[in-house]
Amino acid sequence: MLSMRETFLATTERILDADPDVAVVLADISAAQLAGAARRHPHRVINVGIREQLLVSTGAGLALAGLRPILHTFPSFLVERGFEQIKLDFSHQDVGGVLVSYGASYDMPTAGRTHQAPGDVALIDSLPGWAVHVPGHPAEARRLLLESIPGDGRVYLRLSAQENAEPHLGVGFTRLRSGRGGVVVAVGPVLDRVLRATAGQDVTVLYASTIRPFDAAGLRTAVLDAGTADVVLVEPYLAGTSAHWVAEALSDVPHRLKSLGVRRDTEIRTYGDIADHDLAHGLDAGSLALSVKDFLAT
Amino acid sequence: MTTATEPGYAELPRLISLMTGDDKHLAAAESTVDVLWVLYDRVLDITTENFREPGRDRFLLSKGHGPMAYYAVLTAKGFIDEAELATWSDPVSRLGHHPDRRRLPGVEISSGSLGHGLPIAFGTALGLRARGLTRPKVVTLVGDAELDEGSNHEAIVVAARAGLENLTTVVIDNQSSTRGWPDGIARRFAVEGWETRTVSGRDHDALYDAFTTAHPGRPLAVVAVVEPKG
Repeated sequence: MLSMRETFLATTERILDADPDVAVVLADISAAQLAGAARRHPHRVINVGIREQLLVSTGAGLALAGLRPILHTFPSFLVERGFEQIKLDFSHQDVGGVLVSYGASYDMPTAGRTHQAPGDVALIDSLPGWAVHVPGHPAEARRLLLESIPGDGRVYLRLSAQENAEPHLGVGFTRLRSGRGGVVVAVGPVLDRVLRATAGQDVTVLYASTIRPFDAAGLRTAVLDAGTADVVLVEPYLAGTSAHWVAEALSDVPHRLKSLGVRRDTEIRTYGDIADHDLAHGLDAGSLALSVKDFLAT
Repeated sequence: MTTATEPGYAELPRLISLMTGDDKHLAAAESTVDVLWVLYDRVLDITTENFREPGRDRFLLSKGHGPMAYYAVLTAKGFIDEAELATWSDPVSRLGHHPDRRRLPGVEISSGSLGHGLPIAFGTALGLRARGLTRPKVVTLVGDAELDEGSNHEAIVVAARAGLENLTTVVIDNQSSTRGWPDGIARRFAVEGWETRTVSGRDHDALYDAFTTAHPGRPLAVVAVVEPKG
């Protein structure tokens, strides 16, 4: 089966062949994989070299000329390096585009801090009106990409090497389990670990691959149905990135919240495998099980 | 040389002074006023009738601070009603200290932060080419100190390699860059493959020639030299 990244590139190539209004902007990353598309569409596959500020501004300029741009590189370079370009050239100009990153919080586990971007969703979240998709499976990534092309919205699609065994193609929060002891929210690739961590526990498990807009009504309904307003939020990027939305959704419900995700208190300076980073951040199934049990028992 | 009798041009100092309250002599010294006038009066096909058409020329004011001359030219060309100039920067006004494209039709980009206009213009020039629109020009105006921002240099390199003939950068050179540009600003563009022309930023005919003489297969940089920033 193709990875999320391979699925994205293959789907993008087909979109370019089918839709003359779509252009792709690259900064060397993935340029080799799209070389065939670049030969067929030399004016719509643009590799600016290792220039990420220009990558973002070029996309905005293409949108001003009436095209639908797809921008792609690693998240540390797409979102963090050119963030002012995202804020001004897309949001402030009020033009649309589809920003697609691959690499997530620590998908390149031996690469060190330079290639980790756990703050990307929080940064995008500081700007109004962006859709943020965090697919947990290649089939979700493909669907979310295809749905992002029509129109002129601003979309951030965060692809990862980590994925779940099965896709869930629902809109908003999908209730995968129902229980009375609390609500555990899993975003994107953490789902399978959350399901293992909560196996046998009397809790509701919600899943979303689209975290902005935030399905506040879905969360509120699930909490009221469970009858226990204890929420554990598990996100594969900075812990608590969606905590403000949970508070908003439950503003009229006395509740408790535990936010799990990539640690904010320290920079983890380790290499090894992705699983080693999961452990360091408490995002492996065993650590998640302990955190959930501990929180719901108190 | 400058012909102060051109219809409309003579009105600009008065229009600028409606915003600044300064006297008309100071208004006439605005560094961008002559370049903006020549572009809108003689070079660019941008009118109140066509400014939403895909085939229009584009003007991207990158140096967004001090937009009084820009607003004055847009007023002279019918995009802004003269009576609106008196509202400049007040809470109900569309005319801020940095232009906002979402508020003021005819303004192509919102600017203020330096180093954004040329990279966006690069993308727009590519986009027009991808859509088969080979006629429209994309012109962006930057300041010589604005070129300090590295983002410009990313665009300067790639625009030349892409052979973007439809892209023009005009640099208003009032010698205000803190570290300066040894061998001149034009050299920064020429070495990458741009056609470059350095002219007086006050000489309308020289500016017109610089903007309109053909430069096949290459983007164009016009360095418009004005008085050093006081």
